[in-house]
Amino acid sequence: MSNINRREFLKILGIGTFMGIGGWSMFEVVGKGEIEAFAEKYKKVPGALQAKRWAMVIDLKKLDQQIINDCTEVCHRIHNVPKILNPKEEIKWIWDEKFKNAFPELKDDYMSSEIKNMHVLVLCNHCENPPCVRVCPTKATFKRKDGIVMMDMHRCIGCRFCMAGCPYGARSFNWRDPKDYIKNENPEFPLRMRGVVEKCTFCYERLDRGLPPACVEASKGAIMYGDITDPNSEIRKILSSNFAIRRKAKLGTKPSVYYLL
Amino acid sequence: MYDGGKIIFGLIIFIALVTLPFTLGIGKEYIKANPKIDTPEIMKLPEAERKCVESKDFMRKEHMKMLIEWRDAVVRDGKTLYVNSQGKTFNMSLQNTCMQCHSNKSKFCDECHNYVKVKPYCWDCHLEPKENIKKEAGL
Repeated sequence: MSNINRREFLKILGIGTFMGIGGWSMFEVVGKGEIEAFAEKYKKVPGALQAKRWAMVIDLKKLDQQIINDCTEVCHRIHNVPKILNPKEEIKWIWDEKFKNAFPELKDDYMSSEIKNMHVLVLCNHCENPPCVRVCPTKATFKRKDGIVMMDMHRCIGCRFCMAGCPYGARSFNWRDPKDYIKNENPEFPLRMRGVVEKCTFCYERLDRGLPPACVEASKGAIMYGDITDPNSEIRKILSSNFAIRRKAKLGTKPSVYYLL
Repeated sequence: MYDGGKIIFGLIIFIALVTLPFTLGIGKEYIKANPKIDTPEIMKLPEAERKCVESKDFMRKEHMKMLIEWRDAVVRDGKTLYVNSQGKTFNMSLQNTCMQCHSNKSKFCDECHNYVKVKPYCWDCHLEPKENIKKEAGL
């Protein structure tokens, strides 16, 4: 090896580098294999409802007080939402709002009081561009691949940035232990603890089992849902033939809940 | 040795303090954690089907990691089915799968968790099996 010259040294160095790169790609292949094994271990239910982006259309003409009460009741019952009467501490996933408050930018001095005080069913809009997700410091709230803005209660630290970020007031903070405010718990769904934020989850647990959201089921046809990216979906047909509005659309959050007037 | 008496006296106190955890335990009964898996739900099953999602050994060592992976798969990816090493499929849910068989939380979960003094926060939100709550209220 004593008679090695500069040229040979560089050759060896080059081959060595090349082998090194090859070795690195080997690591990558092994890594991918592991990821695939992970994917095989966890599966979706075969009948699970899937979409590129879930959306909802609420027909205000078809809503009446009975339907609004039914939707609210069933949602809050199956999701173990505590019933706290103090409006400063109440928890709500879906609720009854007056038109003038749900759509403040449409309020007009000469609007009929009938429209001003019309009952509107409001819930989390599952925005395409959700400000709550942007501000969450722990990624406890995030957007699923199907557009649902979800909460991972395990990660929520209760900072309430998301509540400040949400322009729709769709999020509620658990000031108290909700256990004391639920009469009949749904044994299939968990509760929350004191100090976390909660909201509507588009019934992800029902979609993942192949069922429509509970409010859609209870609404007697007043609420429709579907994949808004699919031009043949029911809601796309409704939106193409009707005039629909979204809450505070000019803010650019791109809500997924549409209202028919 | 300068101040020999003081040093030896100090050493004796030191050794007594260090061995205190052992000397205090002398004569006390050693209570070993003894988790029970003989719930009515499990005993109802035919002997060959009395199997958890994975082997007993794996569950004993890895259940906490497994539950965290389950949580991420369900909450983050919407994947609710778990395919175990035997190819059998299970619904991933602490409340609706694990506790359906292990309906004795106090004798199954708490037994070991109390023994090793860990306090998992599962039950802050997830509902305990009902019969267990009744028993506790009756005590």
